[in-house]
Amino acid sequence: MLTAFAILTDGLVYAAYLFVVAIGLSLIFGVMKILNVTHGSFYAFGAYGAAIAVGAYFNADYAAAGGFLLMGVVAIVVGLVLGLLIERGLLRVVYGRDEVVVVLVTYSAFLILEDVLRLLWGTESYALYQPLAIGGNVMVGGLVLSGYDIGLVVFAIVLAFAASYALRHTRYGRLLTVVIFDRELAAAFGINVSVMYTVTFVLGAILGALGGAVMAPKIAVTLGIGVEVIVLAFAVVIIGGLGSIEGALIGALIVGTCRAAAVHLVPQLELFVIYAVMALVLVFRPYGLFTRAQPRKI
Amino acid sequence: MTWRNTLVGALAFAVVASAAVVLPAWLMSLATIALANALVVLGLIILWRAGLVPFGQALFYATGAYTVALLGRFTDLRDAVLFVIAAALLSGILAYLVGLLLARYRDIFFAMLSLAMSMILYGVLVKTETLGSTDGFHVESATFFGSALHGRTAELVLFWFVLAWCALAALVVSVYFRSVAGSLAVPVREREIRLEFLGISVNRLIHLKLIIAGTLAGIGGALAALAVEHVDPTMAYWTTSGGFVFVTILAGAGSIAAAFIGSFLFELVRSVAVDLMPGTWQIILGTVLLLTILFLPGGLGSVVTVGRRRLGIKTP
Amino acid sequence: MRHAMCMRGHRIVVLAAALSLGLVSAAPAQQAAEPAPVKIGIITFLTGPAAAPFGIPGRNGAEVIIEALNAGKVPAPYNQVGLGGAKIEAKYVDEAGSTAQVVTEYRNLVQRDKVDVVVGFVSSGSCLAVAPVADELQALTVFDVCGTTRIFEEKPRKYIFRVNPHATMDNVAAARYVLNKLKTVNTYSGINQNYAWGQDSWRDFTLAMKNLAPQATADKVLFPKLFAGEFGAEISALLTSNAQVIHSSFYDGDLEAFIYQGGARGLLSRTPIVFTTGETSLYRVGAKLPDGVMIGARGPHALMAHQGPLNSWLWQAYTDRFSMPPVYPAYHMAQSLFGLKAAWEKAQAKKGGARPTTDEVIAAFEGIEVVTPSTTVRLAIGKGHQGVSDTAYGTYRFNKSEGKPELVDIVRYPAECVNPPADMDSVAWLEGGMKGAKCD
Repeated sequence: MLTAFAILTDGLVYAAYLFVVAIGLSLIFGVMKILNVTHGSFYAFGAYGAAIAVGAYFNADYAAAGGFLLMGVVAIVVGLVLGLLIERGLLRVVYGRDEVVVVLVTYSAFLILEDVLRLLWGTESYALYQPLAIGGNVMVGGLVLSGYDIGLVVFAIVLAFAASYALRHTRYGRLLTVVIFDRELAAAFGINVSVMYTVTFVLGAILGALGGAVMAPKIAVTLGIGVEVIVLAFAVVIIGGLGSIEGALIGALIVGTCRAAAVHLVPQLELFVIYAVMALVLVFRPYGLFTRAQPRKI
Repeated sequence: MTWRNTLVGALAFAVVASAAVVLPAWLMSLATIALANALVVLGLIILWRAGLVPFGQALFYATGAYTVALLGRFTDLRDAVLFVIAAALLSGILAYLVGLLLARYRDIFFAMLSLAMSMILYGVLVKTETLGSTDGFHVESATFFGSALHGRTAELVLFWFVLAWCALAALVVSVYFRSVAGSLAVPVREREIRLEFLGISVNRLIHLKLIIAGTLAGIGGALAALAVEHVDPTMAYWTTSGGFVFVTILAGAGSIAAAFIGSFLFELVRSVAVDLMPGTWQIILGTVLLLTILFLPGGLGSVVTVGRRRLGIKTP
Repeated sequence: MRHAMCMRGHRIVVLAAALSLGLVSAAPAQQAAEPAPVKIGIITFLTGPAAAPFGIPGRNGAEVIIEALNAGKVPAPYNQVGLGGAKIEAKYVDEAGSTAQVVTEYRNLVQRDKVDVVVGFVSSGSCLAVAPVADELQALTVFDVCGTTRIFEEKPRKYIFRVNPHATMDNVAAARYVLNKLKTVNTYSGINQNYAWGQDSWRDFTLAMKNLAPQATADKVLFPKLFAGEFGAEISALLTSNAQVIHSSFYDGDLEAFIYQGGARGLLSRTPIVFTTGETSLYRVGAKLPDGVMIGARGPHALMAHQGPLNSWLWQAYTDRFSMPPVYPAYHMAQSLFGLKAAWEKAQAKKGGARPTTDEVIAAFEGIEVVTPSTTVRLAIGKGHQGVSDTAYGTYRFNKSEGKPELVDIVRYPAECVNPPADMDSVAWLEGGMKGAKCD
């Protein structure tokens, strides 16, 4: 019983982590059809930015709430700067080229940004431990849970609802849905796809940096943290179906629960879980779980 | 025209083979590994022409490499030719089996499913502690036509051996490109359904491409194992696959030669970058990649094509 | 291609010039002119996740030591300039990348840059791949941080030396220390990274436990993915287990993430835990690591070093330069470099002061006893190529008044107590009941 409860809670926490990390990637892919490798850089810069700025904030003993707010501010700044730089400076030049070429551009940018991180902040690792301490822990059903983890789950849920609401009920969101569905049609109807791309990419970058910022307290912020995130995020997005918020959410939940179950029941399998789930889903649902049927163009 | 190409290719290989005699040892070992990897890239070019980019080609690369390593460890066989043929067969069979499923997929789903499969192999290798897990294990030195070689001779013979496989692969692939199945690559990419209407099974075409590419990757892995004399599970990891894809795009789908030149230049640039700026070499590598994409839209291969046009030679 | 050829030609000219200059100046005026420098290639992680915990401290250690050696400022017995009077010229190379790339970089150092000695390698995979190449190229190579026991157990290696003891010592000592602190252990758990280092560490620890506490059984055996970053499920599994102690060979990124996440959920203060390589992270985790955690440093290094002028010098010089005390990878680098220096100078003395050849250095290196900053190492196993030394474990305590980490309850174990004898593989020794272990 305790194990079942542990699987559920651990699954939720891991799912929250995956969702926060993956949603920015899903957005960019859904709209722009770009497999954005720099997502890993956004994540890393968000984490470094938060570790340094928020760490300094807490060290100065200001009110705790402001620290959490500052994480968001850091993410916005990082996303704006890097997102604009890469979309305006690089991607703009290669739009219309083969999709894989665009991937290579983002990969090159990722390589360069990895070393920029090193030049900016050296090789030492940074820790942002205060939020975890402030979060404290609670005993629920015989298991000690971290307050920050619970906060993370709540944050992921809010993020999912906010994103879903924004897509359905705001003007920009609806326009975005049109672009996701058919970008040529959208352009034909006078939607300024170019502006949409910039906005989307910057938004995706902010979300990526936000993922890094909220994970920073839980990890050691060090070189190479961006690499692992890329494939993880991609797997989640593929499982759920590309360009769909619900998809990313369900994908994250499935992977999270499976991984937690593996750790508790058959730890030997943990290494395979995410890839096994991805392979299985693709075998039975070749376009992911939540992709609507696409008309084939002749 | 085709005979001229074959002749030019043969000449190029002959020049490189004889140049090896004066090549310094470090450059030759770099070139040996670059050429072995070029075979994987060659396979990826075949797939890319049809619009397919797998992120799990390391599956076959590692299969080839581990075939050689395991044969050396558990049997008394040491013959290099036999090693590579065994690796080619095994990875070809694996590609056939994987292809049964994979040939139905396109785009990002194709990429990610192949990635998942290679990562499952990676997981199995990491879990196999008797094979050294992530540390991997030593590959026994192969013999060439019955004799074990050492020192400079061994390096030279291995280089020629790899080069010979490259020449063979280049020949086979150029024949394939001119065949009906090969020349349907662009239609597969652009207008798949029209091909289906013509009664051509696109899945079968893709399946064949997968088998060729998988076999080439297996041979590449086997040769890399012979050159490095060590195998480890990283050979199956997604970053390895990713690396191959990037060299492929850098090289461009334009020509067979591009695979070899691209692979060599990539290794060289990386090595020089590490030499110049040990801590921040990725900046150099990234910048070179970016500049190539921006100023050589068709990849390195387009240099060859453009050069031909300037010289008034028609491309085939 | 053509470009590469030009570069090569250029290099050869420069090299030839340098070489002939060296020869000319060395031959007639050996006493008066400065001897040709000794080129040392140093390979370690300068980028990627292993850079912060291992690569950079190792590199920094090398920088401080080589600079001081060249200036003749290191205390006795290493007060002679460089290696036997010849200054050291160091070239640093990144270990990141695939095994093929690491081997290529190694070949580049030996064949292109013509270094006299290569020192380094953090990853055991790199060490295993480079070992046969070193023998093939006949290049003297001193392995640094990598801990796998397989290097000399699979095959004797003429050109390879490893002054640092291998990883078996760390885990045998961990088992001894755990039993020393807790008296009786009936169940224990382990959380180790899912790759060779983690698997080997856990294997050695469980085998040692079988010998030392036969009644104890393993409960949770967790192997999360390397650099997983998020350990919520593992922490829950450990929280729901009633094991009396947890073994972990985590390092850096994973270690610190585990400490933060486990600390937040009270795991670290609930169950005693032993971190076999925890020392590299102490200065970063500071007060976030609760007192009482058992810490190893892969040898009696840093906070557990035997005191002496050499240790005080290294501690001070490193701290002055990098405003942070040295951690054990810096000590490992010190052991490698001083081991090399001792062997080189022994060979040179035997030759009457003339510069020794590689083979002469190797002959002097085999079985040598080396005084290093933290302890004395003997190259007693692996046919005289593998070092053994005593080791130590300690218990963590954060000194709040001075704001710095400390290790208390330090227990030292002599080399024979925690290392296999010369004629035995570590696993065979552990499985055979650790015969011949002397712990007094």
